[in-house]
Amino acid sequence: MNRFAPLLLLSAAILAFATVFLVILPGAEIRTADIPAGLQPYTEQELRGRTEYVSLGCVYCHSQQPRAPEQGPDGARGWGRPSTASDYAYDRPHLLGTMRTGPALLNIGARMPSQAWHLTHLYQPRAINPTSIMPNYPFLFDVKAQANAGDVTVDLPPEEQPAGSVVVARSEALDLVAYLLSLDRTYPVAHPELRDNGYADKGATQ
Amino acid sequence: MTFTIGTLVLVSFAVSLAALVVLIWAISKSQMRFTQEDARTIFRVEQRDEGLDDPSVNADDATQPTDAGGHAYHSPESRRVILFMLGMATLWLIVGSTFGLIASLKLHLPDWLNGSAPLTFGRMRAMHLNLVIYGWSSVGGIGLALWLLPTIFATPLRFPKLALAGGIIMNLAVACGAAAIGMGWTDGLEWLEIPWQIDIALAIGLFGLLIPLLNTAYHREVHHIYVTGWYYLGAMIWFPILFLVANIPGINVGAQQATVNWWFAHNVLGLWLTPIGVGAAYYLLPRMIGKPIYSYRLSLLGFWALALFYSQVGIHHLIGGPVPTWVVTLSVVQSIMMFIPVIAVAINQHTLWMSNLPAFRASVPLRFVAIGALMYTAASFQGSLEALRSVNSVTHFTHYTVAHAHLGAYGFVSLILFGGFYYVVPRLVERVWPMTMLIHVHFWTVVVGFAIYFVSLSIGGWLQGLAMLDPARDWMESMELTKPYLIGRSIGGSLMVLGHVAFAINVLAMLSGRGAARVAVLDPTAATALAGGRK
Repeated sequence: MNRFAPLLLLSAAILAFATVFLVILPGAEIRTADIPAGLQPYTEQELRGRTEYVSLGCVYCHSQQPRAPEQGPDGARGWGRPSTASDYAYDRPHLLGTMRTGPALLNIGARMPSQAWHLTHLYQPRAINPTSIMPNYPFLFDVKAQANAGDVTVDLPPEEQPAGSVVVARSEALDLVAYLLSLDRTYPVAHPELRDNGYADKGATQ
Repeated sequence: MTFTIGTLVLVSFAVSLAALVVLIWAISKSQMRFTQEDARTIFRVEQRDEGLDDPSVNADDATQPTDAGGHAYHSPESRRVILFMLGMATLWLIVGSTFGLIASLKLHLPDWLNGSAPLTFGRMRAMHLNLVIYGWSSVGGIGLALWLLPTIFATPLRFPKLALAGGIIMNLAVACGAAAIGMGWTDGLEWLEIPWQIDIALAIGLFGLLIPLLNTAYHREVHHIYVTGWYYLGAMIWFPILFLVANIPGINVGAQQATVNWWFAHNVLGLWLTPIGVGAAYYLLPRMIGKPIYSYRLSLLGFWALALFYSQVGIHHLIGGPVPTWVVTLSVVQSIMMFIPVIAVAINQHTLWMSNLPAFRASVPLRFVAIGALMYTAASFQGSLEALRSVNSVTHFTHYTVAHAHLGAYGFVSLILFGGFYYVVPRLVERVWPMTMLIHVHFWTVVVGFAIYFVSLSIGGWLQGLAMLDPARDWMESMELTKPYLIGRSIGGSLMVLGHVAFAINVLAMLSGRGAARVAVLDPTAATALAGGRK
């Protein structure tokens, strides 16, 4: 190989070829599918909470892509039915994730629908699960002598309660919890072909 | 939409067809024919003897590459930009690996250092990744390319001022990108966290560096493009395309965006960092040992097979996920096909250094590069196996994948960069490394540290995966059982950071003018021993 231009051209052509198969064709397939009736767009507050989720890097420990029962017990753990591409029609950026250092969260709003639970858990995960390795997020909360009107106070066990004061959720925490509670893909599956069914028996998509 | 798909497929087909025609034409014009003699190109262009070459400690080897007339290929301007890039890469290594260690500690000390948002695990981890990939590996890799390409092409670097400007912009962009992530401003995709506004600056800096390099290659003074040149030319055309396309804001959404994400992220490894590492090893191994690679023809197969197969493996990151089955299967198949280029490279490189073990023992830079090349084989074999559906069910979503990623990015790419730095800097400044002891400290701390890191996290991750698949066990168990292994990772990681400090001290001392020059008298016995080891 002694020619400069052919080497560069061929290299670029190979990458273009791969891009058609990995990006353009699946993209066309996914984006032409209609949005499931049960999937609602995020509200303003949920979107602010989602931005909080993104900026704090929650995605590095929590996936949002339940597996099929043929592959793993995700459904039995309450993580939801196998998701399809249609379940993410409003997700920008996508938050599919690559790790399960913490549990999968695509249906956390259905599994844990309590705002109070999430606030306590974000303030101090070990107040709920003593062995948890999730970081605590004290900077999403204010510690005050007493709560003002409209403040949402955080329920804490006595050993976590700061002496003589209350812990109040800041708006960032409330937004984040609103986003977590919105994570609920329990409506009927749409476009079951838009997922990797490589583990399922031929034709079965449950 | 049907029209759009049809058009795109047609365009892709036309491009492939045109590429095929060009390839056939090139072969018919004998452009693809070459011999084992071409493997000796790197010795001829430098008028440098074949035989053990270790400028890290032997001042007689610490000489600039020159043409037959004795003119150095690297001008003072060109040397300045190379040293700037290598020095900055070292800085990013220190900062980036420190953030990595902090993130590692946080996984078993979850209440530590959480007072403000920039210190939280999610941001530390993202800053670590971006600093070591775009700072350490990319800046360091380009620094090495700035030395390698003029040397193998026997011609001075073109536009060195543009390269320096590009280097400064790129490093500023890396710094701003990491700061933005720390402040919570992120694009939110793994490997693409740096906000696209800052990515524009990064791309401008990148072009400032690549244009001089491509121009240098175009004006080469040797007929044959040595194998290192193929890998670097490929990388220099692939990475800008990947980086620009993946960072276009606002056009991707949901699961479709995930395919773009992993097309990009895996190609950064496969078509950017891998060619940087493999290309450097194809130069450094024969150059340090002083013998050509085993089979030069085989290296052609290795290069084109890498381009064809590696470019399509990215969607194996979404196995079992919400993307169509066919695209996942395509990536699984291509991942298995990766055995072909990897075996081709392995035969070429390992045969050379394993049949020259006295050189391996004598030269620490060679040890870095040879072990790095070995880790490339290991990481690639492991990656192909991890793409199998049965294996992926266990390893996906676990720390096993993190260990694998570090086997590639650290065991392979970083070790080769270390060896490259130890070889190149003395030849640029014509002085040996001031503190030989620290080179040994660096070697042993990172080798032992990384072994602890990798073994610990691989075992922990595998057990985590098995626990997660077992419906009889509570999910919490899969997390709890990893704790001792996460502590093991922190111990290994601490040793690695310690080694990086030893490395950085030497770099700093070297750049500030310390280290014996060629005229300095060597210990006569050492000189004799080294001479005896030469052919």
